[in-house]
Amino acid sequence: MLAFKRFSIGTIWTWLCVFALLPLILVILTSFLTSDINHLVKFPATFANYGQLFNDAYLRILLQSIYLAASCTLICLIIGYPFAFIIARNKSRFRPLLLLLVIIPFWTSSLIRTYAIMAILKTKGILNSALLAMGIIHHPLHILYSYTAVLIGTSYDLLPFMILPLFANIEKLDSTYIDAARDLGASKIRTFIKIIIPLTLSGIISGSILVFLPAMTMFFIPILLGGAKNLLLGNLIENQFLTANNWPMGAAISIFVTLLMCSMIFLYWKSKNKSLTE
Amino acid sequence: MSNIIEIKGVSKHFGDDQALHNINLNIKNGEFLTLLGPSGCGKTTLLRILSGFETANSGTILLSGKDVTDIPPEERHVNLVFQNYALFPHMTVFENVAFGLRCKHTPLIEINERVNNMLNMVKLNKFAIRKPHQLSGGQQQRVAIARAVINEPIVLLLDEPLSALDYHLRRNMQIELKDLQRRLGITFVFVTHDQEEALSMSDRVAVMHAGCIDQLGTPRDVYEEPCNVRVAKFIGQANIFDTKIVHTTQKTIQVEIEGEIFTLKNSDEFAVDENVHIVIRPEDIEVWGKTEIKDTTGMLPGIVEQVIYKGSTVDLIVRLHSGRSVSATQFFNEDDENLEYDLHEKVWVKWMPGWEVTLRHMDTE
Repeated sequence: MLAFKRFSIGTIWTWLCVFALLPLILVILTSFLTSDINHLVKFPATFANYGQLFNDAYLRILLQSIYLAASCTLICLIIGYPFAFIIARNKSRFRPLLLLLVIIPFWTSSLIRTYAIMAILKTKGILNSALLAMGIIHHPLHILYSYTAVLIGTSYDLLPFMILPLFANIEKLDSTYIDAARDLGASKIRTFIKIIIPLTLSGIISGSILVFLPAMTMFFIPILLGGAKNLLLGNLIENQFLTANNWPMGAAISIFVTLLMCSMIFLYWKSKNKSLTE
Repeated sequence: MSNIIEIKGVSKHFGDDQALHNINLNIKNGEFLTLLGPSGCGKTTLLRILSGFETANSGTILLSGKDVTDIPPEERHVNLVFQNYALFPHMTVFENVAFGLRCKHTPLIEINERVNNMLNMVKLNKFAIRKPHQLSGGQQQRVAIARAVINEPIVLLLDEPLSALDYHLRRNMQIELKDLQRRLGITFVFVTHDQEEALSMSDRVAVMHAGCIDQLGTPRDVYEEPCNVRVAKFIGQANIFDTKIVHTTQKTIQVEIEGEIFTLKNSDEFAVDENVHIVIRPEDIEVWGKTEIKDTTGMLPGIVEQVIYKGSTVDLIVRLHSGRSVSATQFFNEDDENLEYDLHEKVWVKWMPGWEVTLRHMDTE
């Protein structure tokens, strides 16, 4: 038994060291080197790559990515919260089915689902045909290859990551708190704002982190749905490695984004610990 | 005293489950009324109907003369203290207590003043900025009461509020609650399954069983004059002999208990051949050693089976000849300073005629 335990833990350790830790170290090292056309990278070591991050073009891309990720998180929250609330408080027999509907998209590759969205949004796609047929619009809408399309695609793709933690959290909410608020004369809106939201805040934050972080660096959705127009962090990194062949710069951007995300998770973790010990 | 709540013909069922059968109950202004009964008797359902969280299937409820049957809880002028307190965990003690006033858009200065006064009253002013989980069970209990009472409800409803506390704290809180009720002059409707709690705190007790009120009366009434054998069994301990009346006069009845004929008080126009329960409280039973008495008429012989020393009393279980056992509580007093009984000692058991309660069999028996 002990041997098996050691073996299984050892395997995972080795696996992670070889395929996660080692590449990460390589990326960190690369980010301090200089780009070279023949050998990909060369000495001398330098901080220049990190210095370049602060030029206007990169900062604009960073802000755009944050803006997209924030919008996407907000959309997921607005759509996901009522949905999670209803299925979590609903004790009917449809509950497992409703939850299954949230999970089913995971069974298909998100790339394929993005193509499906293209089929819906494109100029002669399902959405436009339907709207034209119903006479609501007279000229097809140009949604595909726009910021809106990217936003729709990202929100759709990440919605389950918002719903599942919210569901888990709302399900645990003790309904006597809601009863107590009503007993004390609180209206439905006050009960929601003062009681339900604060008591499900950890679910809201978990869901938001799970949506915000991938939304920051998602690169195939902006390519497929945004055309080449919307350059975001994910695309920038991909570009640096594959098109510009500037590996050190790509590595530096990657490390910067990783640090940004780590600091956000760290802040969340700190605030969670603080609220527990308070 | 006028009626603050009038419950008229209230029935409630959950599916096929009849929780309340045609309840009629008037609650007087300023009284401490307890709904007492075993779990599932409908006492909590009745309380939730009073608070507005459940609606009765039929019947009406008047709150200081106004029909509130269909008024939702947030608009009723009553407040409920929840069994698990339901203090908002993310708010401080101050914010919890202030919640009701904020809902009514009370001016900030007034909120500050009233909350501080209320916290002083329940001796929690030092804990105003703490969160509920930093308080002990008794302190949480006081916050829950303060949070409800600050809204100056016409009636305060309490749903087994002491059940989560340990024995000593519960005794202290009973006294504190009773004291608070006197000072505030608010009507309390208290739900409990603990008969001792009900007797020690209430002005009146409504003993409930299976969705009906069996008896409504002062604690002394329900203890000393239970209306049926179920109430007698539920409230306090009771030795109950089932027997038949063999002879009656206007003032007395004669029954046979354990082969002995006893002449007892005719308290309710009993007739010959009626089946009755003779209820005798343990503290009314005297236990005498063989050597202590000479005349054994009206006494039953038995053997001491258990001796339980309780400090101020000694509880005995005596097995009678027929095999049934009787429990007796003996007090230390001047007549009998050392209550010493040996296990398996032969003793004589008696009670003062007239201290027993004679009850007719119930229809359901």
